[in-house]
Parts: sequence; C-alpha cells; structure tokens
Amino acid sequence: MAMRRYRNEHDRSVFSRRSLVLFGAQGALATALGARMYQLQIIEGEKYAARADRARIRPSLLAPVRGQIISRDGKPLAVNRHNYKVVLYREETEDIEGTLDQLSALIPLPPLRRKALAEEIRRTRAFLPVVIAENLKWDEFAEVNANAPALAGISPELGLTRHYPEADFTGHLVGYVASASERDVERAGKDGSLLKLPGMRIGKSGVERVEEIALRGKAGLSRVEKDAHGRPMQELERREGTPGEDLTLTVDMDLQKYAMQRMGEESGAVVVMDIYDGDVLAMASTPGFDPNGFVLGLSQKDWLSLRDNEKKPLNNKAVSGLYPPGSTFKMVVAMAALEAGLIGPGHSVYCGGHIELGSHRFHCWKRGGHGTVNLHEGIKQSCDVYFYDIAKRLGIDRLAETARKFGVGVLPEIGLVDAKAGTMPDTAWKRAYKNEAWYPGETLHAGIGQGYVTGSPLQLAVMTARIANGGFEVHPRLVRARNGDRVKTRSLRGTGIDKAHVEAVKRAMYGVVNESGGTARRSRIAMPGYEMAGKTGTAQVRRITTAERAAGVFKNEDLPWERRDHALFVAFAPADDPRYAISVIVEHGGGGSKVAAPIARDVLLKLQFPKEIPEGAIPQGAAPVFTVEKEDEEDGSEDA
Amino acid sequence: MTSVEHHGTAGPTLPQKLLRLNWPLVVLIVLVAGIGFAMQYSVADGSVDPYARKQMIRFAVSFVGMLVVAMVDIRFWRGTAYAFYGVSLLLLVGVEVAGSVGMGAQRWIDIGPIRLQPSELMKIALVVALARYFHDLNPRRIRHVFTLIIPLMMIAVPAALVVKQPDLGTAVLLASGGIVIMFLAGVSLWFFALLVASLGGMVYAIFISKGQDWALLKPYQYDRIAVFLNPELDPRGAGYHITQSKIAFGSGGAMGEGYLQGPLSRLDFLPEKHTDFIFTVLGEEFGMVGGLVLLGLYMVVLLFGLMTAMRIRHLFGRLVAAGVCMTFFAYFAINMAMVMGLAPVVGVPLPLVSYGGTSMLVLLFGFGLLLSAQVHGKVTFPRRGTVL
Repeated sequence: MAMRRYRNEHDRSVFSRRSLVLFGAQGALATALGARMYQLQIIEGEKYAARADRARIRPSLLAPVRGQIISRDGKPLAVNRHNYKVVLYREETEDIEGTLDQLSALIPLPPLRRKALAEEIRRTRAFLPVVIAENLKWDEFAEVNANAPALAGISPELGLTRHYPEADFTGHLVGYVASASERDVERAGKDGSLLKLPGMRIGKSGVERVEEIALRGKAGLSRVEKDAHGRPMQELERREGTPGEDLTLTVDMDLQKYAMQRMGEESGAVVVMDIYDGDVLAMASTPGFDPNGFVLGLSQKDWLSLRDNEKKPLNNKAVSGLYPPGSTFKMVVAMAALEAGLIGPGHSVYCGGHIELGSHRFHCWKRGGHGTVNLHEGIKQSCDVYFYDIAKRLGIDRLAETARKFGVGVLPEIGLVDAKAGTMPDTAWKRAYKNEAWYPGETLHAGIGQGYVTGSPLQLAVMTARIANGGFEVHPRLVRARNGDRVKTRSLRGTGIDKAHVEAVKRAMYGVVNESGGTARRSRIAMPGYEMAGKTGTAQVRRITTAERAAGVFKNEDLPWERRDHALFVAFAPADDPRYAISVIVEHGGGGSKVAAPIARDVLLKLQFPKEIPEGAIPQGAAPVFTVEKEDEEDGSEDA
Repeated sequence: MTSVEHHGTAGPTLPQKLLRLNWPLVVLIVLVAGIGFAMQYSVADGSVDPYARKQMIRFAVSFVGMLVVAMVDIRFWRGTAYAFYGVSLLLLVGVEVAGSVGMGAQRWIDIGPIRLQPSELMKIALVVALARYFHDLNPRRIRHVFTLIIPLMMIAVPAALVVKQPDLGTAVLLASGGIVIMFLAGVSLWFFALLVASLGGMVYAIFISKGQDWALLKPYQYDRIAVFLNPELDPRGAGYHITQSKIAFGSGGAMGEGYLQGPLSRLDFLPEKHTDFIFTVLGEEFGMVGGLVLLGLYMVVLLFGLMTAMRIRHLFGRLVAAGVCMTFFAYFAINMAMVMGLAPVVGVPLPLVSYGGTSMLVLLFGFGLLLSAQVHGKVTFPRRGTVL
C-alpha cells in the first residue's frame, strides 16, 4: 500500500514536471503564433491591406463622350449616334439556344453568326454580357425591347457609335475613328488603358486624328468592388470624365460639297481658303470615300477595292498629293526677280519659241514663240521663255528663298498628319539629297515650276493667298471654334516682299483671266466686283522627246489617262479687293485653262453667291456653271 | 468523506458531482464556442443560416453529452477504453475499404443521418486507450523498451490508416497526442531522443521518395508541402488558399475591419471560410486584437485543463485529461499556423469555432472525459499492475 502510494506520488511528480515542460513548449508555440499575427497584421498589415484592396477593387475607366465636329455653317460632320444593341447574360437564362431561337424571330441571326456566338457565350463568364447584335434598326430594337421580358437573359442596350452624316464629302478632311491598335495603345502612355476599353475608338485620320486629344476628353473613373470571381458587387466611387471638345471647322459644308461634286469623276483636289485668317473653306479631294465603313469595320473586298483604285480615293490629295506647280509657280519666279532687283515690271524678253543653254534647247509651250513680252504679258500668256530667261539669271538659291516665303517647300501648319512639305530645291538641297552639283539647266526647269519643284494643292492655295493679301504670311487652319469659343486667329506677319512687286504680279493674274490673250479668259467671271484673278498651269508628267516635238506634241486626249498632263489653276477673288484664294488640281486632266480654271470659276461663284448665281455672272457663250440638282433634306436620323 | 471516495462504490450523488465540476473551464468552453457562433453568423453575411443555427444546435447537443460523460464514473471509461479503441480502429479500416471502392478520399461513414468521421473518434479513443495502457502497466516495467512497442503500435496503426485516407493533419494530431501521453506517463527521455531522430529520418525518406514508385505521400500532399514552402509557386492553384488567407488576415491590421465587415471574406476570396479558414475571417474582422483574444482563451482553456489534470490522483485520469488538452492544443495550433502560412494546408479545424459536427462532438466528448476524471479525481481503481 505504501509502496503503491509512493509510486503514485512519484508518477504524479513526473507528470507534473513534464506537464509544466509541455505547457512551456505549448506556450512557446503560442507565442510564435502571436508573433506571426504581429508580423502579418502589424508589420506587413499595410502591404496586405493594399493587396486586399487591389484584389477586390477594380478601378475601371469610364469612356468620355467624344466631341462632335460640325462645319462652319453648323452642319454635323461627325456625331455620336445611338447604337442599338442586344446583349445576352448567360446566367439569366437556362436555355441559351431557346432564347436565341426566340430572338432570331425578331432580328436576323444567320446560322454562321449563331455558331460564332455559341462559342463566345461559352467562353464568357456567366455574369458578363455578350453582344448578340448591334447597330440594329430602330424598329428591330423596339421589337426586342417590347419582347424583352419574355426573353430570358436578353437585354436591349444603348451604346454610341461615331457617324459621319456627310460621308464621302468629308471623308478625307474629318477622317474616321477605329479601335486603337497595339501601337496606338503603346504610344498613348498612361492613357493606353482607356484606349483598350471595349467600344473605344480613336481618330485614325483627318481632323479626328489631329484633334484626337481634344475630341477624346478625359476618362472618368469608377471603382467597383468585385468578388473573387470578378462579379461586380457595388460601385464604391464614380468620377465622371470630361466629354471631348465640340469642334467647329472652318470648312463651309455647302462649298465643300459643291467642290466635291464639281470635281465629279475626276481625280484631284480643290482647296479654298480665306486669305486673311487662313480659314480653309473647302478642302476637297476626289474621289472621296465613306468613313462610316471604317467605323463599323470594312470588308476585305471593300478595303482592297479602295486601296487598289488607281485614283487613290484614300489619299487626301489636297495635302498629301505632290505635283509640279507648273506655270502657277511663275508669279513666285517673277517676284523673286523683282525682289532681287534683277528686273523691273517693264523688263522685256524676246520669245522665239525656245532658249538655248549650252547644247540644250528649252522650248516655250507656244510653238513659234510669243515675240517680245514684258512681265505682265509673260504671266498673262504664260510665256515659258520669259521665265527661263529671268530664272537663269536669278539662280536657284535666290528663287528658292522667295519661294519659301510663299510656302513652297514648307510644311503647311495645318496639323493633318498626312500633309506633305513638297520640295523647293536649291543647291544645298541637291547636294544633300542627290549628292550632286546643281546644273544650270535645272534652274530653267524650276523657273516654269517643273523639275524638282513640287507642292500640294494646299500649298498652292497658301501661295496664292499670300500673293492675294499683298505678301503676308497667312497660315491655313481647320478649327474655327472649340466648344463654341472662337479660336483666335494668328496675327499676320509680312513676308518682307515689296508691296509694289506683289501688286504687279496680281495685276498680271487679273490679266490672265480678264484680258484678251490671257490663258484663262474663257473662265472669267463677268460680274463686276466678283471677278477672279488667277494663273493656269499644266504640269507635264512625261518627257517630250525631240522626235515627238518635231512630229508635233501629242494632244492629251490621245494619251492614256495616266500619261496626260495635270491641269492646275490658282486664283483669288474678288480681283480688286481679294478675300479668297483657291487652288485646283485635276490629275491627268490635260490643260489648266481648259479643265482646272472652269472648276475654280464655278467654286468661286458658288462661294460668292451661295444662294443663287445671278444671270450674267459669266460671259455669253462660256461653259455653263455647274449646278447640283436639289436633293431632299436627309432624314432626321437620331443623333445623340 | 475521503474514505467514502476511496473505498465506496457508492460515490457522491449527482448534484454533488455537478457542484464539483470545474465550472470555470466549462464557462471558458462555452465562451469559445460563442465566438464560433459569432463567426458562423458573420461568414453567412450576418445570418444564422446556414451555419450558426446548426452549429448552436450541435453545440447544445454535444454540450449536454459532455456533461453526461463527465457524470459517468471514470472507472467506467477505463473499462471501456480498449473496446472504444477497437471499434474506432474497425471503423477506420471500414472507411479505408469503402474508400478504395468508392471515391478517392473517403473519410466518413454514413450511419443514418449522422455522418461519422472515424478519424475524429480515434483521436479520443487513442488517448483513452493509451492512458489505460500506462495506467495498467506494472510501474517497474515502464523502463523496459519492450513495453513501449505496444503503445507505439497503438499510435502507428491508426495514424498510418489516416495518412492513407489521406489526411495528413489528423495523422499528425493523432501521433502528437499519443507521443505526449507517453511523455507524461514517464517514458524515458532517451526514447524521445530516439523518436526525434527516427522522425527526422522519416521526413528525409518522405522527401527522397518523391517521384519514386514507393512515394510515401500522395502527389497532392507533396504539392501542398512544396507550395507551403514557397506559396508563390502556384498563386492561382494550390498556393491560392495560403496567399488569399494571408492577405485577408494581414489586411485586418491591429483592430480589424469590424464585425461583418471583412471585405475579402464577404467577397468569396477565402476558401473554406466557415470551416478551416474561419480564423482568417476572425483576423480580418477583429485584427490582431481579436486573434490574440482567441489565442489567449485557448491557452487559458489549456492551462485550466492541465492544472485540472495535475490534481487528479490517478494516472489514468491524468493521462486522459492531459491527452485531451494536447489534442485540443494541436487542433488550434495547427489550424492557426496553417491559415497564417506557417504550416501546410492540412485540413484541421479550429476547435469549437470551425463549422462541423463530428469534431465538435468528439472534442466535447473529450472534455467530458477530462471533467469525469476531474470529478472522479480521487477514486481508486481495483488493481493496478495486473496487466503485464
């Protein structure tokens, strides 16, 4: 008994000792657990709290409403149109196929689309919408809307798409929007995530592209709490974005449309601008294209037919087409010579039909020559020999210096990304680009606006505007107002050209159109106070061989289209107190006087008489003014 | 009075026993369970359904069961110890057989409406059986190494069966509970030195057997260990649980987001949030303060339990009480370590707080035995040292 008690007491003390050891060890482990809590919740607590927020709160950008574009006369050029679409939420329907069957009774759902949809629905998470159809007609949408309660999972929704009501007439100018490419996203930097939003479109060409940042606006932000599966639970914060700016362009839609229609089937461009504030009133490039196709997505076939068309409808020829200015350049040559003090307005040259330089013979366009001509007659009759002679004595560098003051070879500050600078060559240019010395013969070519000299129709309009305004450096512009606030015009800086010299040239341009013997006399405007003054140009695109010249130069009509001359005409009006400048280029149109001048006359008439062109505006026997049959006002489409 | 207890088969009356019960411990248990109800209410987004109400009913039933067990004479439990162990072992083999026929990881047997996990039962059965073994052992033989083979087998067989289920967490729980009983029974410290060495060898064997034909663990168990060691290995897959749990737990900070306010818990980011990861929810909503309060409560329960054990006059009662305490400790320590990324995800619930019937029942049965040993702390057993 005592023994047993002893054993028991011994056991108990062993047990107690070891229990304490055990509890000590457990206490140590519990302390470690407490320390871990301290580490996770206090030391790293902030980090985990941030990670928790990142896991559950998804900030999502709210696409701002894109600014609209209207013309000077208030016509909508780019608007946001309601996009009626139908979406499906998978989790809200038990029988997807059945729902789609029902839906296909209301809207067209071709089997092919059904198949693609089935795949998309399967891949999309149950609580996210799948777009079944978009850009529906209003009555289709209304029908779905009315039946929506019976269509499980189907939800009619309203989005916005860009729409260009003037379609082809403003395709180049206004441009179009499309989904951002990966490069766009990269280039946008921190705005890139906005560009990646579904349905987000950005400007790809024209004003849409140049004014992208202004039109886009500022993105809003919505912070949505989502659960582990990505299902949105509640919106924690919402900051609306700033809608894009509404732009008013300088372009007058009536005139733009008229110019486009006047060009008809021809390939070419018309640019009309205000000679004082630089407002571009019309910038037509033909053939046009419908930018709406690019918004909705163009079929491969349509895209290829646009791309491969020999008349290049996708190019904005008004700013990116480069042509030798031909005789329209002669005013600049004349002013350069006057400025250099080389000649006076009375300076005469004898034209015998050609001029010799070394062993080369440079021909005047008129076989047999013009006889003795002064500056006025030289411009009026477009005598090549007169300009060969003064260019030869002037030299290319002095010519280039003056030409640049008139914008030739200088990139117009219009912002359009496809605008080109053209070329005004000089000795340094030739060395830099061709790694060759300048040949004197090349100066003669430049003297009649051929050879290396090239410019865009916009540059020719700028050149003409600077002549018309007496030698002030006017710059073209496209945006007249932002959100209704007028954009301030740039103050005019002089080019430093002697006013008298400009006046002499302007008088000669008056002669070209209005005096007998002038090359464009047939296209004159007979209404006093509305006359135009201008200059014809014909730019050769082929070389005339000696043999051809001996046999008689081919007539343009006898040549294939792509080898015919470009027809050019620049003008300003009214002649005595000018306000507008115009340039017209008809690619492979033939002679400037025959093809381009009548277009300029019609556009200037339309500009000066927007309502109705009065009787007697043109002389008896002249080609009638082009008119467009009145069409019905477009339907009041539902624009947002 | 004392003599009556020592000799009498006519023990104290029921009211006397009830009065003698360690009520502070009982209250602590109810308190911890209360925290559990609150958390079950929270994970159901502030609703008694589907968890809290059921949990309360289960607790109430188990609690009554605990008191009933506590009132039964401890000698009865010694008498039934081996039978209890044997039945539990049979059931374990049963699920093993059923499991090989049915699904991959079968852990329970359906007995009518009750879903019984034999491995849970075994946790207590092993404690009781080992306690009886050492109680009955001739004290002179405890120093013999040979006498340790039987208890080692008693631990190893069910542990191996549970590992095969596969349920690593419960196996660790069983083994640690068993070893601790041997330790408290007075087994030589050399034995434990040897044990640590061989365990080390086993861990080594487990690691080198990876990818071999004789791999000791299932591939997913290796994955869990690998991901535990480096959770970034698989942030979306196996590491997801640990990572999400650490984020939610850590984001609670010092004071927590507030009751019913834990964002990640509510937003489904936590796996098994009502069962194994309930402590994460608590950490997110009540912060470190809440975590420490629960940990402190657990430690107080443990301390009360061990102190109770020390006062018991017979080895069987002491060992049963200590074994129950150890099992309880292993439960919460492993669970907390797991959700805080200190131990692999092994599927051990947080005692009295996690949602679940069997573990609650078994745990309170264990506490019932502890209380029975306490209430009957001075009884004498008929003979000691008759076996072996």
